[in-house]
Amino acid sequence: MTAKPEMTAAEIASAVASRRMSALDATEAALARIKQHDGVLNSFTDVTADRARAKARAVDADIAAGKDVGPLAGVPFAVKNLFDVAGLPTRAGSKINRDLAPAKRDATLIERMEAAGAVLVGALNMGEYAYDFTGENIHDGPSRNPHDTTRMTGGSSGGSGSAVGGALVPIALGSDTNGSIRVPSSFCGIFGLKPTYGRLSRARSFPFVASLDHLGPFARSTTDLALAYDAMQGEDADDAACTTTRGLEPTLPLLANPVSDLRIAIAGGHFQKNVFPEAVEAVSRVAKALGATKVVDVPEAARARAAAYVITTTEGASLHLDRLRKRANDFDPAVRDRLIAGAMVPAPMVDRAQKFRRWYRAQLAEIFRSVDVLLAPATPCTAPKLGQVNFNLDGVELPVRANIGIHTQPISFIGLPVVAVPVPLEPLPIGVQIIAAPWREDIALRVAYALEKMGVAAAPAPRGI
Amino acid sequence: MAEPLDDYIDAVSKALALPVEEAFRPAVRANLEVSLRLARLVDEFVLPDETEPAPIFTA
Repeated sequence: MTAKPEMTAAEIASAVASRRMSALDATEAALARIKQHDGVLNSFTDVTADRARAKARAVDADIAAGKDVGPLAGVPFAVKNLFDVAGLPTRAGSKINRDLAPAKRDATLIERMEAAGAVLVGALNMGEYAYDFTGENIHDGPSRNPHDTTRMTGGSSGGSGSAVGGALVPIALGSDTNGSIRVPSSFCGIFGLKPTYGRLSRARSFPFVASLDHLGPFARSTTDLALAYDAMQGEDADDAACTTTRGLEPTLPLLANPVSDLRIAIAGGHFQKNVFPEAVEAVSRVAKALGATKVVDVPEAARARAAAYVITTTEGASLHLDRLRKRANDFDPAVRDRLIAGAMVPAPMVDRAQKFRRWYRAQLAEIFRSVDVLLAPATPCTAPKLGQVNFNLDGVELPVRANIGIHTQPISFIGLPVVAVPVPLEPLPIGVQIIAAPWREDIALRVAYALEKMGVAAAPAPRGI
Repeated sequence: MAEPLDDYIDAVSKALALPVEEAFRPAVRANLEVSLRLARLVDEFVLPDETEPAPIFTA
């Protein structure tokens, strides 16, 4: 059996486990596709071909020996280059970090993916230090949208979006501090999961904003998303924020459960403002398919977005303060100047943002007493052109960079789990956020799966390559 | 003519030992205006004195 680009991770793992295809063949197919298309997409910054072949051969040897190889046997995957990959400096999209010593050990989530049989094939392009919504990297060049290579992937996990959207690999991992999984999912037309804050270990990944950083998977189907997510769950003493109380809560066995018993509402107020018609259409299609008509106002969501911005810019500035002092000219100027400004925000304003966060969390907890799922746009628009500075909305010129994440920030601000599902509009796809209560990733994934089965959500074939 | 935030930027730059090159200044000032505008939006929201911060968020 020959590996084809449209094969899902589940199909590859099944074929490899049943010896209809070897893990090495699946790996070689991914490496060939990367070689063929990544010159245009620019999604990879490192291709770990030797390591991947060695791992694939080990998986094949285990299968030949009758050993259990795990649910991701032979599945190629790649990671945003802020994950530690043994032998590589963890550049996190920067020039400065390239001077770091190579990582000695893989990030926890890579270890868990490989323990489930998956094969790491490389590290992916990203916005510098994850402070980005565009996927444009000044040092490595922009990652390009697989549906139209003149357009943005979204960021900061831009290479993750491009690599999965372009079907170079079926699964990629990324990070999401304010929207960096959900935005590229939306622009690149793929599924992305930002789990509950604290669910998945961030150990041995380069941080950005400790109290907002999440890691999670991208895929071309809900089943693949759940496969990867389930493989990565579990406590980890190496991440202080990683849950020690939840245990393993597999979602794959629950995916096909009916959604008719769920109380699904549309997020109103802030989430219905500053949106282009395509975002309105996408939410409308999803809501109609799910029979959702109730609109719930999320109080003070715009202020929540402002508070997330303040915490991000100040915690980010604190993280990078020494680099700003010593190597200011080695930063992307756009990142540097935001971080320097962040260092100058008075401390009481940061404290107030953190206090507001607790208040806002209580408001959402109250909403989730009567609702199981909230629907909201993932982005206000489809992918803008690379380098685009402004867009025109209702006759008003607005800056692109500052507005891409306005609907994702108020959600990650309080750590809620979200699946971004792709709605295949023409000419470009756009995502919708399926938002659940804390620790209920299973519900968000169930709804995503139902939408996929109804044909409302789907990852379109890449048309730009 | 000096912009209103320039004195503040100079003072914090000294206090933090964080140099701000002249070439950076316009963009730093513009970003600081945005950060302070958003921070004021949070600042003006009245919370009870007993409200605890949420430095590490647990959902």
